[in-house]
Amino acid sequence: MPSLTEDSLQAIELTIELASLTTLLLLLIATPLAWWLSQTTSRWRAPVGALVTLPLVLPPSVLGFYLLVAMGPHGPLGQLTQALGWGLLSFTFTGLLIGSIVYSLPFAVQPIQHAFEAMGRRPLEVAATLRASPLDAFFSVAIPLARPGLLTAAILSFAHTVGEFGVVLMIGGNIPGQTRVVSTQIYGHVEAMEFAQAHWLAAGMLVFSFVVLLVLALMKRRVGRVMP
Amino acid sequence: MSEAGLRLRLALSRPDFELDVDLGLPAVGISVLFGPSGSGKTTVLRCVAGLESTVRGSVRVGNEVWLDSATGIRLPVWRRNLGYVFQEASLFEHLDVRRNVEYGLRRTTTSRDGGDALQAAIELLGIGHLMARPVAQLSGGERQRVAIVRALATRPRLLLLDEPMAGLDYARRQDIMPWLERMRDELSIPMLYVTHSVDEVARLADQVVALDAGKVSAAGPAGEVLASLEGPVVGSDDAGSLVHAQIAERDHAWHLARAEFEGGHLWVVDAGHAVGKVVRLRVLARDVSIQLHEPAGTSVQNQLPAVIESIAEGLDGAQSLVRLRCGSALLLARLTRRSVSALELTSGKAVWAQVKAVAVTS
Amino acid sequence: MRRLTATVLTLLAGIAQVHAAEVTVAVAANFTAPMQKIAQAFEQDTGHEAVLSFGSTGAFYSQIRNGAPFQMFLAADTQTPQRLETEGLAVAGSRFTYAIGRLVLWSKQPGLVDARGEVLRGGSFQRLAVANPKLAPYGAAAIETLTAMDVLQSVQPKIVQGENIAQAHQFVATENAELGFVALSQVMTDGKIAQGSAWVVPDDLHSPIRQEAVLLTNGKDYAAARALLEYLKSEKARALIRAYGYTVTTAGR
Repeated sequence: MPSLTEDSLQAIELTIELASLTTLLLLLIATPLAWWLSQTTSRWRAPVGALVTLPLVLPPSVLGFYLLVAMGPHGPLGQLTQALGWGLLSFTFTGLLIGSIVYSLPFAVQPIQHAFEAMGRRPLEVAATLRASPLDAFFSVAIPLARPGLLTAAILSFAHTVGEFGVVLMIGGNIPGQTRVVSTQIYGHVEAMEFAQAHWLAAGMLVFSFVVLLVLALMKRRVGRVMP
Repeated sequence: MSEAGLRLRLALSRPDFELDVDLGLPAVGISVLFGPSGSGKTTVLRCVAGLESTVRGSVRVGNEVWLDSATGIRLPVWRRNLGYVFQEASLFEHLDVRRNVEYGLRRTTTSRDGGDALQAAIELLGIGHLMARPVAQLSGGERQRVAIVRALATRPRLLLLDEPMAGLDYARRQDIMPWLERMRDELSIPMLYVTHSVDEVARLADQVVALDAGKVSAAGPAGEVLASLEGPVVGSDDAGSLVHAQIAERDHAWHLARAEFEGGHLWVVDAGHAVGKVVRLRVLARDVSIQLHEPAGTSVQNQLPAVIESIAEGLDGAQSLVRLRCGSALLLARLTRRSVSALELTSGKAVWAQVKAVAVTS
Repeated sequence: MRRLTATVLTLLAGIAQVHAAEVTVAVAANFTAPMQKIAQAFEQDTGHEAVLSFGSTGAFYSQIRNGAPFQMFLAADTQTPQRLETEGLAVAGSRFTYAIGRLVLWSKQPGLVDARGEVLRGGSFQRLAVANPKLAPYGAAAIETLTAMDVLQSVQPKIVQGENIAQAHQFVATENAELGFVALSQVMTDGKIAQGSAWVVPDDLHSPIRQEAVLLTNGKDYAAARALLEYLKSEKARALIRAYGYTVTTAGR
């Protein structure tokens, strides 16, 4: 019976690391962004909202190509990282992380934004009449009330990153231990017609993802029961 | 108005609505903002609280200035020392009752003795037994009482209540009304109370401010505004007056009580108030009739000598509304125009007013 | 209404005409440019029309196995046409090498790549782009070359893999990798390398990158398909193929 190779285990570890970090960073980035989008009356709201949604529209390989160009020596991101003395981010874990964040951004922003919008202005007005400053009200009222949306965002970001493929292929360069994640590993096995390896890895990925999604869904139900 | 009172000058304009209000209100008691929906009641409340960013004018509570467009003062909501009870129960669903009522308390700078204020409010509204409950397990009436306690716990200089009973059914309203009456009688801060219910005005108001299309149409002590023939409720079935009286005697055999006021008394159904207690009697215009001579042999318990102050005709072609003075009390009587004509009723004429005892609420 | 009738009639006539002399061809993506030129010449010379689809060899293989209506297949390797033949999806004996790919070490920076590929022995670069050797013949050839030069060990940490030769080329073209092994056909315009620096890898450093064409069972009785197969072997076609950086075999096979 074939089991997972060293390479595959490494890819699994890398995938989990990537998905966890992406989820964490996305929540940190998406929450204030979603808050701004849900509250602002600025004329920039629509353009920024559309920009955030773009990764949903672009095919991953196209998005990957633009990221590759942006991270390249003549791209804006590449210029920045070179000026900071970090070198180029393409084919690095950090680059992959940035790509994953961009790719999954709408999946994180939208549920949180919807949660903030569904909440309405009233809880914040109540908090203000109870002496809570806007920042205080954000953390003590808006965030706890938006918890189901935050959980959905976390679930989707994580799952989307685990399943990410086109972008990773494009900006990752398939380097073991650096940028070779499970999805590219499976792809490689399938293309090379090493179906046994591919099946084992795919089954593992399915089971793992299922468990993670199940746990998060159960957590969400518990949160939902407190807040009908 | 005095330094201790509430002084409002508010101007706000929206495409379909103009608010223009200039008001002075006393430092204690409930001032009810009364009027049909769309008249701007809630907007006034929101302007006072600072929730409307486009309002201009001034808001002064005692010696604190919250808004003064002339000098550019505009305190943010959370810096205004107020309590606000919203129309629908706006408790924080993610916190239990205790954490809800402590939310504002934790954020007041004067929380040194805030614990006392909270305890007093908990007792005043009778929610001590609810403290450990999740918010989801409260009834509508309980939610509003918790919301009021939460607002009072911050020791506000001013309490704003926006139709706190609008979302409740009749039974729940009857549940919560005594608590609100207690607040009016025991708290020493001004309250602005928004409603469109005449019943709530009659039971709770010390002052009434009638609003119509963003402007004040009548303002003054509740008894006067309610008994005014030009007042906001004249046309309605609820037309009636308010009599402040004191329980002087209780007739336990017949379950009646005698309520005295300067220049007369009324027998009312005994509601359990102790002798000496000051009560508000609501006398509906449709329950008052007029006779030219002292009546005898009638089932009606109350006969009061009175003088006609004025008569409003043509409410609907068949009816008139007669305003009577009886000592310190004002009464309204709804009569047919034919009766007014047959009895030759005119201003200044002395008559007898009959009021059914059962018709008096307190 | 009259206009609609006219349109329908035109369409019908068009279909009938096309049906008479049309051949549907699956073409490996790397052969896109030369095949368009060849199809043009083919149509002029024979009156038949070649309808071309471009894509990856692996994807075409799956599609053909699942009933895709191609009559002819120009693959990027030799294994896929062989497999199709074994599986009875291609006409036995119709296979032949239509082009041999040339591997080139290319950089966008002028002067980085020298005429003998010695740059691979130095440390003047961070990233070396290569197509996935398991999936792409050009990738396998690149690894063979590195092995033959005895530098695989030292450059291994610098290798970044593209899914296919097109992606490897993008890595170098966007300068995310300073240099990489790409197909000569990708960097050649009008018979010469347009920009940067390059080393055309000698044939003897890796096994030939043969691309085979095959007549599919679908196209067995199609005169137009057979005609195109023969046309690919014509001197005119071979000249076109050479102009795009491929070599061709002397014989048909």
